[in-house]
Amino acid sequence: MAVDRRKFLKGGALAGGALITSPWVFSTGAHAAGEIKVGVLFSLTGGLSIVEKSLHDATMMAISEINAAGGVKGMKIAAIAEDGASDPKTYNEKASKLVIQDRVPTVFGSYTSASRKAVLPVFEKRNNLYFYPTYYEGFECSKNVVYTGAVPNQQLSNFIPWIIKTLGKKKFFIVGSNYIYPREMAKVSKILIEKNGGEWIADEYLELGHSEWGSMVNKIKNSGCDVVLSNVVGDSVIAFYREYKNQGLTHDKLPICATVTSEIEIAAMGADYAVGSYTSFPYFQAIDTDRNKAFVERYRAFVKDPKAVTHHALESSYFQVFLWKQAVEKAAEVTPTAIREAVKGQEFDAPNGHVKIEAENLHAYLTPRIAQWQPDGQGKIIDAYKEPVMPLPYVAYGETPTNLFCTSKGLDAAKLKT
Amino acid sequence: MLEVLFIGLSLGSILLLVALGLAITYGAMGVINMAHGEMVMVGAYVTVLSGLWLGTNIFVAIPLAFIVTALLGLLIERIVVRKLYGRLLDTLLATWGVAILIQQAVRLEFGLTFFGMHIQGLGPGLQNVDVPGILQGTLHIAGVDINRYRTFIILVTAVLTLATWFLLYRTVAGTQVRAIIRNSKMAAACGIDVERVNALTFAFGSGLAGVAGVMMSGFKTVFPDMGTSMVVDGFLVVVMGGVGSLLGSVLSAGILGEINGVVAAGTNDILARAVVFGVVIAIIILKPKGLFALKGR
Repeated sequence: MAVDRRKFLKGGALAGGALITSPWVFSTGAHAAGEIKVGVLFSLTGGLSIVEKSLHDATMMAISEINAAGGVKGMKIAAIAEDGASDPKTYNEKASKLVIQDRVPTVFGSYTSASRKAVLPVFEKRNNLYFYPTYYEGFECSKNVVYTGAVPNQQLSNFIPWIIKTLGKKKFFIVGSNYIYPREMAKVSKILIEKNGGEWIADEYLELGHSEWGSMVNKIKNSGCDVVLSNVVGDSVIAFYREYKNQGLTHDKLPICATVTSEIEIAAMGADYAVGSYTSFPYFQAIDTDRNKAFVERYRAFVKDPKAVTHHALESSYFQVFLWKQAVEKAAEVTPTAIREAVKGQEFDAPNGHVKIEAENLHAYLTPRIAQWQPDGQGKIIDAYKEPVMPLPYVAYGETPTNLFCTSKGLDAAKLKT
Repeated sequence: MLEVLFIGLSLGSILLLVALGLAITYGAMGVINMAHGEMVMVGAYVTVLSGLWLGTNIFVAIPLAFIVTALLGLLIERIVVRKLYGRLLDTLLATWGVAILIQQAVRLEFGLTFFGMHIQGLGPGLQNVDVPGILQGTLHIAGVDINRYRTFIILVTAVLTLATWFLLYRTVAGTQVRAIIRNSKMAAACGIDVERVNALTFAFGSGLAGVAGVMMSGFKTVFPDMGTSMVVDGFLVVVMGGVGSLLGSVLSAGILGEINGVVAAGTNDILARAVVFGVVIAIIILKPKGLFALKGR
């Protein structure tokens, strides 16, 4: 016990020092005995475990596949799994434990922005590395996080013009859960809607986790809109689509175009409620490539559930481990700083297609896709970008590929104000 | 406007559906039953499981869920609640513990996940309930579209409320229950078997929650935490209506539902909820015993 405590204190003090001195002092501890320890931090209990358990499983699957193929640099990956318990405070504690006590050079984790924001100080202060697999609202620039999910421009930049031009819908009703992600998505949407000659007639929110949609759907019905843009998340999605049909609205006349509705929610609501509606994501289970089909099969075998569904954040949880592996192989030493430098520009053929980490902002190039939901609960991909799109986490504030706000030097706050 | 009122009525009926069981366990027995929401959840899972394993639909699930949750309620009464009558705060803590146990039992599939086994329909994920086609979409009557599922909920709530009223006010058992509400010691002195009546009352209240769960499963999401938020709304209704008064619960559910519906239509849902809580606070301050307080002794 006394030894543990001493190690702990020493670890804390030295990790503080590591901020200034670039060599990673724990490199020997991190891959002792021919293995590399990594942290895996998702909620295995609590309300969010519904989704996060599947992200955890996908991460573990990638790790076991890498180990089965010989590991990294001849070393096995040893995953230290912790439970975030759907609670940001727990996330922070567990992240500290992984970074300070277990001295892992990298942690894979988080689903919600709230949990990512909660662990961010730990990784920035200790100069460690966090791999975050979920689509999120952008507006973040940290050199200690690698983001492999979509940012708003990768979900909306093709979606809105497509709705206006191909579907011919011009009047948008924007609806979302009341927190940061849907509000930022709405901000980007409005810019794109106005740029493409459409108009938005309402921007409404419902409490997160609330599932009483009677009034809202009635409002949508009487608003005169011709398309609904939904940034509703979580279990509210199911109640929303059901109420939509129960009030007599149909997706062929007034389609719901969603940014968050994934295979999980479709399976839970019953496919007939969503038939004909659209979702924009870089990944769908229905992507018709051998690589993806094999991935779905392997995942189902791994979780021992022949009906398990795969979805965007799950797929990112899987491929980001491979990007990490390639970075470790390229890096001279197994330290967070070296891995971060090596992960820049790393490319990988993921189930969704080719992905690449942008060297400047550590976000992933992804291929936006639009799918229409079918009676079998799968999305039929009806539109896709030819190639991966550059991630722009500050697109809502005017960021463009030639004028990046977030670079390897950090966030240029001056650009944010103008 | 008619549509808004209908939505308000529907919101009220959902509130009442959950509150009905509470009105009995809390109102009649003085037990703050935090596990009530979990009874709703169990009812919803009965719908999921009976659909998966027996191939039956939501109509069959109603009596089934009533039986299952009533038996579960009986068990909880026998093991936990019985020892705690008259200790209001202790019942709150104990039943809260029971609630967590039930939630985890569902999430961990009764512990089978530790052995790598999986029961389809249980576990931490979202569950799907097939809703029969007859309850989907709208009913077209005289040029007005009426939401079928919400109409179904209103009807079921009305039937359950009438049944509860009949049991309480027109049967011998109901008379005994009301006697116990007024003064349990005097009732015991008159030869009423208080323990037995209490156990049955608790089981009945739990059974009503189970039926509420079946109704919820058809248009809300079924997952282990689903009951937690509902129990709060249920207590709002019971406290505002007046503890122990069935009529009070019916009226307060209706009032809160309509306020919620109308305010949400005029402004938005988030504000509507704030207004509902504001109204409840005001009523508790002005009439601490609720709208229809019984004059107990």
